[in-house]
Amino acid sequence: MEIVYVYVKKRSEFGRQCNFSDRLGETNVDIQPDPSQASNFIERDPIDAAIQCASDMSEHEVNTERFEMENQGVNHLEGGWPKDVNPLEMEQTIRFRKKVEKDENYVYTIIQLGSLMEHCIKQNNAINIYEEYFEDEETADVADEPPSAKTISVFRDPNLIKRTATHLSWHPDGSKKLAVAYSSLEFQRSSKDMSYESYIWDLENPNKPELVLRPSSPLVCLEYNPKDTHILVGGCYNGQIAYWDTRKGGQPVELSTVEFSHRDPVYGTIWLQSKTGTDCFSASTDGQVLWWDIRKLTEPTETLVMDISRKGVLENALGAIALEFEPTMPTKFMVGTEQGMVITCNRKAKTPAEKIVGTYSGHHGPIYALARNPFFPKNFLTVGDWTARIWSEDCKESSIMWTKYHMAYLTDGCWSTIRPAVFFTSKMDGTLDIWDFLFKQNNPSLSVKVCDEPLFSLRLQDNGRFIGCGSKLGTVTLLEVSSGLCTLQRNEKNLATAMFEREAKREKILEARHREMRLKERTKAEGKEEDVNVETEEEKPEELLARVQQEFFEVIEAEIKRKERATKLLKAQEKEVTDENEDEDPYKEE
Amino acid sequence: MAEVEEMLKRIQAHKGVIGTIVVNAEGIPIRTTLDNSTTVQYAGLLHQLTMKARSTVRDIDPQNDLTFLRIRSKKHEIMVAPDKEYLLIVIQNPCE
Repeated sequence: MEIVYVYVKKRSEFGRQCNFSDRLGETNVDIQPDPSQASNFIERDPIDAAIQCASDMSEHEVNTERFEMENQGVNHLEGGWPKDVNPLEMEQTIRFRKKVEKDENYVYTIIQLGSLMEHCIKQNNAINIYEEYFEDEETADVADEPPSAKTISVFRDPNLIKRTATHLSWHPDGSKKLAVAYSSLEFQRSSKDMSYESYIWDLENPNKPELVLRPSSPLVCLEYNPKDTHILVGGCYNGQIAYWDTRKGGQPVELSTVEFSHRDPVYGTIWLQSKTGTDCFSASTDGQVLWWDIRKLTEPTETLVMDISRKGVLENALGAIALEFEPTMPTKFMVGTEQGMVITCNRKAKTPAEKIVGTYSGHHGPIYALARNPFFPKNFLTVGDWTARIWSEDCKESSIMWTKYHMAYLTDGCWSTIRPAVFFTSKMDGTLDIWDFLFKQNNPSLSVKVCDEPLFSLRLQDNGRFIGCGSKLGTVTLLEVSSGLCTLQRNEKNLATAMFEREAKREKILEARHREMRLKERTKAEGKEEDVNVETEEEKPEELLARVQQEFFEVIEAEIKRKERATKLLKAQEKEVTDENEDEDPYKEE
Repeated sequence: MAEVEEMLKRIQAHKGVIGTIVVNAEGIPIRTTLDNSTTVQYAGLLHQLTMKARSTVRDIDPQNDLTFLRIRSKKHEIMVAPDKEYLLIVIQNPCE
């Protein structure tokens, strides 16, 4: 259908100003409804319409500019001497100084300046104008703020194939540098292209490691020498021990020979307190603890096999996976084993058998961390399976305190260096827990999600404020804890002592009670024991197996029958109930 | 000569005094009670700082001049007595 409307206007009126006026409406076209068209249409019923009731969301990403940092050094030389004096020649400089000192003007000025200076020195000694009067007040306020931790920086493994950050070590002077050992601990899972390098990071520059350490096999542990901060000792995945001097670059200065090294990855190296500062010892899952002098790394100075039957057989030795040494007790050390047992040792004992002093068992899996409390060295912390435990040296049977079983495995732990009641644990789900057992015992006082991948290692800086957490994929996160967690609270030491003593006492009482009960049972059973013995002796292994099997299936069948009976009973009951009140919900009674 | 020695000895004997250095106009240490590397560092840096401080004071008011410079730091106080030809530097630990 075409609608045409013709509009006529004179040429002379084109462009003329319009004069609008009211007039009645008129019909130009009238289209009548066509009933035959109705058959072409279908009425839509029901109609589908989509309605969104959730609010609209959008995702945006912004990438901030990468902040590159660079270090540069300037070498300053002594200068300012007259041209004819060579500052490196002692004779010439002494002569020049003598000449100046004879100058009349020199004598005059120094005496004048000296009296002026003396006045100031006396002033300083007379009164301390910057004296703080209210120092005590401030510490009390700190306790009120809630504990917190914030991420300061993140150091990523620069390699494409990521490795685990297995061990961290802080530079002993100040908190400027962090040495990190990288290796893949998954058995036969490390690929060929994996880098062997470990790094020393400058905290100011997370983009590039300050020094790259290039061992012959990936480092599992790495430790700064507290006496000479240029020197680091590392334990390799292949069992070798190596040491570095940072002044000499990234190649190891010396390596131990393979024949005399560990046969498994070295899980712990610790420096000893010696006059030369060159002695250290190491532990490995091959069951050996070896002592070394880095001046002569060809073979260990001493060896101890972790055989708790005290026979020194390497086949029966327990694999050492954690090592603890307290410098104030230089002859003692402790070893955490893969079998979940802590072994205390005395290095200076006369015979090798006597060197293993005692054991503590209670963990269901390897002990990943072992640390003495810095304030109460008698008490120590172990981390393994799903729990962290605190032990007292006097209680051999059981730990005195322990955490609940967590949902994720625990991987590492350490004590606070400042507060005796605070310790840190890291978990497989990427969280760092900070415990304060004077505040809460059953839950951590702070739980921080550090990253999505499992955390593997952690290390606290000596000032107790900074903590480095190494993850499975080689990311090291540096956290700063709030000041409440790193300042000694009032009376805390006394409270912690009381807590340790109370728990140890409780554990001792329980121990004594257990022993008593066992003794009673034994005396009771003595009469019967003989009959039982005869019976069990008669049974051959096959018979025993058959009997056990039969008993097992009997129990299972009884259980199945019991269940069936129970369901039948339940159904019967249901029927009754529904019969009785048909209108009501039959499940209501359940 | 002996008077100078006596004066310096007296200053050094005061409580908390860690070191005394005499520096000439070029920044060369003439007399010192500290070891060589520390002395050279102190002399070089404090000479520059004192010159800068003096020129600041003079730039603000040409009739004025620097008479003494005291630097209070976290660990100690460094005092500098300047003159046309020489600087007398004393490092003191004031709060003992």
